[in-house]
Parts: sequence; structure tokens; C-alpha cells
Amino acid sequence: MTSTQSSPAHAGLVREYPAGSLAYPHRDLLGIGQMERHEILFLLDEAEQWVDLNRQKTKHSDALAGLTIINAFFEASTRTLLSFEIAGKRLGADVVNMHAATSSVKKGETLIDTAITLNAMRADAIVIRHGSSGAVELIADKVDCPVLNAGDGQHEHPTQALLDALALRHALRERGHSADDFTGLTVTICGDILHSRVARSNILCLTALGATVRLCAPPALMPAQVDAMGAQPFSDFDAALEGADVVMMLRLQTERMEGQFIPSAREYHHLFGLTKERLARAAPDALVMHPGPMNRGVEIDSEVADMIGRSIITRQVEMGVAIRMSALDVLTRKTRQVEGWA
Amino acid sequence: MKQQTPLTITGGQLVLPDGMQSGGIRLVDGLIEQLGDVDAQSGDTVVDARGQLIAPGLVDFGVFAVDKPAFHFGGITRAAVMPDQSPPLDYPSRVKLVAQSGKPDFWVHPLAAATKGLAGQELSEIGLMKAAGARGVATGRSWIADSGTMLRLLQYAAMLDLVVVSHAEDAGLSGSAAATAGDMATRLGLPSAPAEAEALAVARDITLAEMAGARLHLRQVTTQASIDLVRGAKARGVSVTAGVTPAHFMLSDLATAEFRTFAKFSPPLRSEEDRQAVIAAIADGTIDVIASGHDPRGPEDKRLPFSDADPGMAGAETLLAMTLNLVRDGVIDLPRLIRLLAGNPAALLGVNAGALAVGQEADICLIDPDKPWIVDSAQMAATAGNTPFDRQPAQGRATAVFKGGVQVGL
Repeated sequence: MTSTQSSPAHAGLVREYPAGSLAYPHRDLLGIGQMERHEILFLLDEAEQWVDLNRQKTKHSDALAGLTIINAFFEASTRTLLSFEIAGKRLGADVVNMHAATSSVKKGETLIDTAITLNAMRADAIVIRHGSSGAVELIADKVDCPVLNAGDGQHEHPTQALLDALALRHALRERGHSADDFTGLTVTICGDILHSRVARSNILCLTALGATVRLCAPPALMPAQVDAMGAQPFSDFDAALEGADVVMMLRLQTERMEGQFIPSAREYHHLFGLTKERLARAAPDALVMHPGPMNRGVEIDSEVADMIGRSIITRQVEMGVAIRMSALDVLTRKTRQVEGWA
Repeated sequence: MKQQTPLTITGGQLVLPDGMQSGGIRLVDGLIEQLGDVDAQSGDTVVDARGQLIAPGLVDFGVFAVDKPAFHFGGITRAAVMPDQSPPLDYPSRVKLVAQSGKPDFWVHPLAAATKGLAGQELSEIGLMKAAGARGVATGRSWIADSGTMLRLLQYAAMLDLVVVSHAEDAGLSGSAAATAGDMATRLGLPSAPAEAEALAVARDITLAEMAGARLHLRQVTTQASIDLVRGAKARGVSVTAGVTPAHFMLSDLATAEFRTFAKFSPPLRSEEDRQAVIAAIADGTIDVIASGHDPRGPEDKRLPFSDADPGMAGAETLLAMTLNLVRDGVIDLPRLIRLLAGNPAALLGVNAGALAVGQEADICLIDPDKPWIVDSAQMAATAGNTPFDRQPAQGRATAVFKGGVQVGL
């Protein structure tokens, strides 16, 4: 056995990783907060082969043939669920979706019981989304197979941060920039930071990869002490945009636009909406990102969202499938007795 | 059970209100008959307390469950029980039932619900509940949002000379928060409220108590800002006292890492700076009472996502050991420890206990202050093992407990 392995990354980006499972020594993927920088890079590099596959006419691998993946979504989701389902199917696994509306699944022991039930069905990986922070870890404690966090409350959404990093890497590479990591890059994340698991995972992922992260939100939607996480808080969007290389807009939930947190959607757009004029404050050619689904005309104007060469929003969706394939592949290697991982 | 034969405890260290003294104690007819240089008389039952402290039984102010084995383990002979029962203690007959529920070997002093159903709106029958055995009146787990209602409550309780026990947390700010706003809550993505929610409520309650001339007890003060308010009010001569539980001087919000629901409290754990402020307030006398807040919770209440889990801990068994840490750290001495755990709470309740003095009830606790043990949630005497101190070494525990001169089983 060799002491290192390299990932099938693009030319010029071949990195060496610790041997076998030491490259990603966790059973689960619960949050970016539990990952080392090299583990993040490993999952990104492993995703490159799936980006390539997904661009072929025949988008299929038998890597996970015979394995069962359960997508247990306790909270409504369209795109993340679809992305995980496609990822599992392209890897040849049997994918089952359990869509438990939060209203019908009672809190409490029922959550643990659901976990035990899923476990008894001998899934080989379980993908979980739940509306409460920490719920996915709670379930992971009760099952024997790898667990992937597809979003837990306001805590983490690690595959979103990874796909954002992958999309950003590809966009930078196409522009001829070094995309080995994000050192020197300034990323401004604007929106409802307080309630956003996407923001938390992205702060951790982007700073781990060397980027400078600015956060922008009205005070009521900014969590306390974000500076301790390595991000700089702003409430003036123009100041937050000044010279930024990447602008990541977050969705503002409709129920928060009606007086509780901000007076109205149009006032929010006035102060925090990304318009073409505002974008001009960022670096020339600054990239625009959004995890979707977008509220066009609220946090982002259509002409910015659809700006060719600047908006990489659809590429984020594309990379989502590859990242989830990467995570499912890596996390099931022990089960599949891949050499060095069993 | 009435004490049948006199009991003499010899050879220990008496923890008296004003200092330590070698000696013993003689208990006759359920009362302390003699203290100090005591010789057993013929016919006395004799207990040798060599190497141990002879202290009054602890008086636990503000518990949520009457959990006798856990209290006896912790050297506790009396507890003031919160009105947050099912149904709430807002009716005289319920108060009467609870007041008798622990006898003979454990005494329960009910705190009457300040408002009907603890809803914070209509005053309950406080006078009738006093007649039924209530020793104070409490707002329960939450505060009374309406300042007018709170003022009328304080005025009414002052008329009846009952202490008003308040939960000081501004609900408008705290809402459904599960944590204190800060680095930890931000990382965990937990709904959080600023620590100032407590100071706001403390400021209001002190102001209203001063207007009403009422006795106010803030069951838990846990932040620097609210401690400063209490300190200032005491200096002005306001009749205000303050309490805390060991969780808030032993732990900061770092203990909630990995969504540990056994470290979920109301009010939530605070920053390290606030924890240090609590210790300083215990040292300088701003805090008068240390209580367990005993609230045993099974897995159905705790094995949940953090936001959904109930707050609270089973604290009766660890109260003494955790407070003894403060003695070993030089924050307080033993007489002060006993005032915090017994004397002051007994005074708030107006009961003839909580201090070693001739004529007081013979509620005695023998303590080995150095005895090492390990907190084990699976082995606890409480009805549930929800302790944030699980698997931690502890030092000091009760070795024998006497209620009214009669030894109770540990």
C-alpha cells in the first residue's frame, strides 16, 4: 500500500492525500465544522471525475450498484432532494426517498424511532434534512451507516458549501486564475445570515480554503459574534460589496419580509437587493452566486441573476450533483471494501 | 415519624452560622437541644461524626420535582417546590397536598403560583394558598410580561408578607430561544437571545418591588449586568435576594457543544465572563442562595434536537459537591456555604431550620467534605439522570441525614 494517494483532479491540480481512508477519516458528512482543509479539498478533487461524467452522453457508473440510499427529508425540499436522488442513481445505487412532512412526524422519540427504523432497513447511506439544528447528528448517533447532512435547521448544509466551492473553482479556472484554493479572494455573502445554514457552512468552507468572507445583513438578521467564526459583519451593502471578487446572495424567506424582521420586500430590495448598479461596486468581473431558489426582484435582480459570464448560479446546481456523487462514493468506500478504506 | 429517643452526634466539626467549632450536637424531640461541648446521656443514640462536618440539612429553594431519594442523597431535608406542576399550584387544595407530600422524612414547602394557570394574567388565590401551606409565591418558569400585573402581585404579596420568586427573563427578547446569543449559538445555529434579556427583567422587577415594598427573590441571576443591578439595589436597601444553580457557576455555553441537551437550561448557559461574574457575586454576597433547580427529565424530554428539548437538570445529588468546589477554590468558607445552601433559603421561607442553633428543628446533615466520587447519570437516585456533570469526578457528599432528629435512609 502506498502512503499517499492522488485524486483524479484536472491537470495541474493533482494533489497528494493521506493513504486510503485517512484522506477522509469520518463515517459521516455532518458539517464543514468537523472537516480539515485537506478533507474539504479531497471531496472537491474527487468530484472532478463526476463533473466529467455528468457531461457525457451516458451519465452512469456502477460504483454503488447494489447499495441502498435513503433520502430522509423531514423538511420540504425540491432541488436538494432531486440533486441527491440523481447523484445516487448515476452511481448505480437504489435510491429511496422518504418525504416526511414535518407536521406528520411528531417530535421526540419519533425522530429517534424513525432513525432506528431506517437503520433496520439496512440502508448503506442515509441522507437527512431536518428543520432543527443538531437533528442530523442525533440521528447519526443511532444508525450504523454513513449519514449525510442535507441541511439541519440553521446549523449546517455542508454539501451546499462544497458545491459552491466547486462551482467557484471551475469559474476561476476558466478565467485562467489559480483555483488551487481561495487565498486572496474576497467573498461577500448577503441576506438572512441569522437563519441560514448555507451561510454557516460557507463561512467555514471558504475561510478554510483561504478566502476572506464578508457578511451583510440587516442587524436583526445577523447572528452574534460572527467575527469569532472568521467573518466580517456589515450592514451597509455598498461597503460590503466594495472590491469583492464574489457576491453570494441568500434567499430571504417570504415570512420574514412582512414586518417581523424587515418592513417589506421592496424596502429590503432597496437596501440589500443586488442590482446591476450595486454590482459595479464589486471587483470588475465579480462572480455572482445564489443557492436558490431565488426571489427575483427581492434579493437579486433578474439582469444580475442571468448575467452571462458573471452569474454562476446554474453552474452551482450542476456542481451539486457531482459533489453529492463524490460524497456518496467516498462515504460508501468502507462498505464497498475499496482498497485502503475497508 | 416523631423522634423517640434523644440522639447525640459527637466528635465532628460544627458548621455554625458564624464559624467552625469542634464538638457535637444533641437532638431531643425533633429539636436541637444542645450544641458544642456535648456529652451523650444514658439512653441516647450516639453517632460518631469523626472527620465529618455537622451541618444543618440543606434547604433547596426552587425545585420542580419532589424526588426524595435524590434529595436525601444530596443532604437536603427541605425543598421549596415550584408551582410548575401538572396541574399548576394555583389552588389551595393542591398546595395543601404538596405541602404534606414529603412527610415525615422530607419537608416540602410549596411556592404558590402567582397567577392562575401560571399564565401571567390573573392573580391566583394567594392568601388562601398561604393558609394552605404556601411559603412564597412564584411566577414559575417564565416571567410575568405585564408590568401592571407584576406590580399588583408584588403589592399583594407584600401585604401577606410572602416572598415573590421571579424568573427574570424578558420574554419579548428571549422568545423561543434555546441559547444565549454569542459565538457558540451562532456556530450551532441555535435560536438565541441576548443575555441582556435577563438584566431588563431584573431591572423591572427590582423597580416594581421597590415601589411595592415587597420581598423579591430572583431565583437565578446569571449575568454580569443583572448581578450589578442586584448589587446596586441591595446597597439602596431594597429587599431583594438572588439565587443561582451550580450550572451557571460551573459551566459556560461551551458545554452546549455537540448539541448536548443535558446542558440546556432556562435561563441558558452564558459566556465565560458571565460565569466568572456569578462566582464573584457568590464571593461578595450579592448572591444569597444556591439551589439545585432539581428537574429530572427522561429521554423523551431530552433526547431531542436541542431546540425541542426541555431545559433543566437533575441537580439535587450534585448540589453540595459542586458548591464545595467554591470552598476548595477559596471563593467562600464553610459557614457561608451553609448559609447559601440552608440558612438563607430557610429565612426566605420563614421556617425554623437551616442553621445550627438551640431550639431549631433537628434537621442535620453529616458531610464528608473530601469524599471522592464519580457522578454517574445511570446510577443516580433521581428519577432521571439528566446531569451535565456525568462522568465527572466530584468531591464531598452527605454521609448521613437526620430529619427532625430521625435518621433517614441514604
